[in-house]
Amino acid sequence: MRVLARRRSSRLRAQIFEAVLDSRAVRTRKLLLSLSGVATLVALWSLAIALHPATILPGPLKVLSGVVDLARRGLLARHVVASLFRVTWGYVLAVLVGIPLGLCLGWWRRADRAVNPFLQILRPISPLAWIPISILWFGVGDGAAVFIIFLGAVLPITVAATNAVAAVPSVHLRAARNFGLGSRELLVRVIFPSVLPQLIVGMRVALGVAWLVVVAAEMIAVNSGLGFLIVDARNAGNRYDLVVAGMVLIGVIGYGLDVGMRRLERT
Amino acid sequence: MVAEAVPTRAPIKIAIRGVRMRFGAVEVLRDVDLDVREGELVCLVGPSGCGKSTLLNIVGGFFAPSGGEVRIDGEPVRGPDPRRIFVFQERGVFPWLTVEGNIAFGLSKLPREERARIVAHYVELVGLEGFARAFPDELSGGMKQRVEVARALAVKPDVLYLDEPFGALDSITRLQMRSELLRILQAEKKTMLFVTHDIEESVQLADRVVVMSTRPATVQRIVDIDLPHPRDLSSPRYLALRDSIFEAIGLAHKI
Amino acid sequence: MVSRFESIVLPLLLGAICIALWSLSVHWTGTKVFPSPLQVVRGVGELWRRGLLLPYLRDSLVRVAVGYAAAVALGVPLGLCVGWSRNLATAINPLVELLRPISPIAWIPVAIVFFGIGNLAPIFLVFLGAFFPIVVTTHDGVRAVPPMYLRAARNFGLSPAQMLRRVLLPAALPQILSGLRIALGIAWLVVVAAEMIAVDSGLGYLIIDARNAGKRYDLVVAGMLLIGATGLVLDLAARRLERVRALRWGFRAD
Repeated sequence: MRVLARRRSSRLRAQIFEAVLDSRAVRTRKLLLSLSGVATLVALWSLAIALHPATILPGPLKVLSGVVDLARRGLLARHVVASLFRVTWGYVLAVLVGIPLGLCLGWWRRADRAVNPFLQILRPISPLAWIPISILWFGVGDGAAVFIIFLGAVLPITVAATNAVAAVPSVHLRAARNFGLGSRELLVRVIFPSVLPQLIVGMRVALGVAWLVVVAAEMIAVNSGLGFLIVDARNAGNRYDLVVAGMVLIGVIGYGLDVGMRRLERT
Repeated sequence: MVAEAVPTRAPIKIAIRGVRMRFGAVEVLRDVDLDVREGELVCLVGPSGCGKSTLLNIVGGFFAPSGGEVRIDGEPVRGPDPRRIFVFQERGVFPWLTVEGNIAFGLSKLPREERARIVAHYVELVGLEGFARAFPDELSGGMKQRVEVARALAVKPDVLYLDEPFGALDSITRLQMRSELLRILQAEKKTMLFVTHDIEESVQLADRVVVMSTRPATVQRIVDIDLPHPRDLSSPRYLALRDSIFEAIGLAHKI
Repeated sequence: MVSRFESIVLPLLLGAICIALWSLSVHWTGTKVFPSPLQVVRGVGELWRRGLLLPYLRDSLVRVAVGYAAAVALGVPLGLCVGWSRNLATAINPLVELLRPISPIAWIPVAIVFFGIGNLAPIFLVFLGAFFPIVVTTHDGVRAVPPMYLRAARNFGLSPAQMLRRVLLPAALPQILSGLRIALGIAWLVVVAAEMIAVDSGLGYLIIDARNAGKRYDLVVAGMLLIGATGLVLDLAARRLERVRALRWGFRAD
């Protein structure tokens, strides 16, 4: 008689899962797992606060009420917008400078050899280390913050563009030349589509860096934005609920930006 | 020296009964029945994507079939087993280990001297003397394939499964590797189940050729290759057998 | 093709041009504040004479070392586990993705509450900065191991623990090492930034202090260059280490 032999090994089951289309049960299971991780953190956090009632650090509920408080006072929108505004400016500048620069460096090897050592020296210098110089050049205010964001984001983009151009398969270039494409057409019809995936990855990384940097820059150089909120809330009255609220917002927005970029990458 | 054909009274090693496989809505294998006798070299041929690799994976214990069963030596197959080793294309070789390291991979339970002895034996058997300390990225495709075969043989398995092992090699190397494989098998008789889409290869190597249909795959025809080794690739019998397989797959043998 | 000669001469040429332009623009704008290249060099000399150079450098490096070591010790195993177990990955990934964008700098107030002003706060921040990239790249490295290797390992009868140690780890190692190198770069960035805010020694502190205590921009730029040079040395050392490992295992790591 035919005996049905079922295997129990979870590895095999995982393989079959891959092959099987994502059923609804699988999707809800994934969602629950994701939430459980975050939920565990929140639970541990609450527990830690409950065990140390004397600490000035807030529990999750206080943080939540802190966020609501900010929203009511209209500060939430104001700070978030200020941070996003600076990021956008710094990031756009970085893209406008970084992509052409990177493409040139990738294309003309001599230029790369000449410039690269300087980029390597500049890279380890935290954008924040530029703060005194940027305040000197731009004064305290948005200009300085945007400059620092620009510095943070421009290097990843440049490096990604350079590497992407270097990675264009030479067969593509030769085929294009064979078909009689001039330099300009070559750039637009062959090089650009070829570098685009890698470039977008670099842009996503740069956006992440920009977001990290804006928060730090705001803690020092300006008087609005999420970074400023964190410092101010602490200085002007030890409002740690707002401090942590600010941190949570930073994390959430940063996450959102990253997810958005990944979505873009996929198209 | 002419190798003896497998005596037909050899016990059945692998018994495949009514195996079915379904991935989601796609039925890949349907009612596959096959017996492989001990010491036989059986080739599975068929068009690309027809499911022969899937069948091999099921027999090897890496997939569970949707229905039917596979028994080896009478026991149902429950998962991968060191007694039955899979030989992949040469990319299965571990790049961080030397040739010696790779061949010794399955031998960690043995004492050091015995391990060294076995490794040395197989390095020589597959013809890689002088390369024992080399890393895979210093080797050619054919050499890597030999490492993989040596690694498989070193643990003295009963059965070898080969999934298009020579697929990534150029045709000259492929011819060499085929005769190497036969030579190695002369030294160590094993049961082998071999998947290929190269019909010539199957006729050159196998004792029996199992022709599989297109998806959902099932056994379409089994052709006994009753030629002794070494096989004359121009003999009428060879060509006739080859043509019958071509026909079974439905290919014209004139281009 | 660009020759070795050109790789040395071209940057030097460009460097010389930049320094010349720098000198000229300082001279031309008559600025009293922004330093000329010569002043920067003198600034470095001054730091050396005042016995600040080495101690500050040492302090920064020690903080990086401790924070980074902690990040590696915790991050690599976690990355391995997350890469190995799909369930663990689904549970932990959102957490990592949420915490990662929070700049270590944003953690400063929390760090100060926990650790006060002193060495522990920058170390904690360095740890945070390096930990997440290490977890992510280790996880990616594990995911990128060809399933074929794992199947072969199962075939040979290895237990899961043996598979992890003998196959997964060596196979993922090149990518993990690359991630460790990047994390080291991040650690260096973070320590400098942390020192600008939370302590009173180190290269980051030097920059802030030089500006605040007298607008000594020559020391500021000198400090920046030292930071850049040290970071570069760290990166080159890490690359060298990567290559030694890779060569020893016959791996061509990009």
